[in-house]
Amino acid sequence: MARVVVDVMLKPEILDPQGQAVQRALPRLGFGGISDVRQGKRFELEVEGPVDDAALARIREMAETFLANTVIEDFAVKVES
Amino acid sequence: MTARIGVVTFPGSLDDRDAQRAVRLAGAEPVALWHRDPDLRQVDAVVLPGGFSYGDYLRAGAISRFSPVMETIIAGAKDGLPVLGICNGFQVLTESHLLPGAMLRNNHLHFVCRDQRLRIENADTAWTNAYEQDQEITVPLKNMDGRYTADERTLDELEAEGRVIARYLDVNPNGSLRDIAGITNEAGNVVGLMPHPEHAVEPLTGPTTEGLGFFASILKRLVDA
Repeated sequence: MARVVVDVMLKPEILDPQGQAVQRALPRLGFGGISDVRQGKRFELEVEGPVDDAALARIREMAETFLANTVIEDFAVKVES
Repeated sequence: MTARIGVVTFPGSLDDRDAQRAVRLAGAEPVALWHRDPDLRQVDAVVLPGGFSYGDYLRAGAISRFSPVMETIIAGAKDGLPVLGICNGFQVLTESHLLPGAMLRNNHLHFVCRDQRLRIENADTAWTNAYEQDQEITVPLKNMDGRYTADERTLDELEAEGRVIARYLDVNPNGSLRDIAGITNEAGNVVGLMPHPEHAVEPLTGPTTEGLGFFASILKRLVDA
């Protein structure tokens, strides 16, 4: 069974206060040198059958219509082993 | 015969009963609609109430948007069916792309609950025609994901076409761009509003009764039609 990963991130121009809150907490915790943090979502899909072009096209369609809201988010699809 | 106004209940809806009560107080007949039933039971208009449908999983409104009842409502709205989305209902409308833009986590990351002053900036829509242009009202606001966001071009378009129907006054409670509290579609039949007019319809339970105008508006529109 193959795994396909869909990463969803807020578009660069969209304010991410959760990422900012994480970034601001870092120095206090002793983790210096991080100038920016953006927080996103990762979906791991276990795919039945072969991950061919048709299957990937369906997954892209799924990401575009459901997993991501493309008004505010970008997504990337990649196949893992 | 009085107007029939449907109020959808999703799993996790909170304000469906209050919305029904507001509809009744305005003089219309509330009709309960169920998320799994695509039948709109011949209602003349629909309210999508506040709450946390499907637990806000994935994104607020993202899963509700694909429920059977929404299929019918989306098709109906494109044909002119009046639809008011309040809070979570507004989120469902942006996720459905019946309204432009999207709703994001409040910029301060806290849940906000307050009596909020608003200015009604478009008193021509199906849901705002009982108000005066630029009338100021106070109704409760309570949300976690109320930061209205759209790209600059969309925001300019909304402003130019008078489609910002309500704007926050005094404070911006959630980081909403251009203080936007509510918008409408081009035709004026679909309205999304983050604050809760259905909680301001009776002196006993609301800060004012100034929310009743949204429900009086739709009744007026349906009776005049």
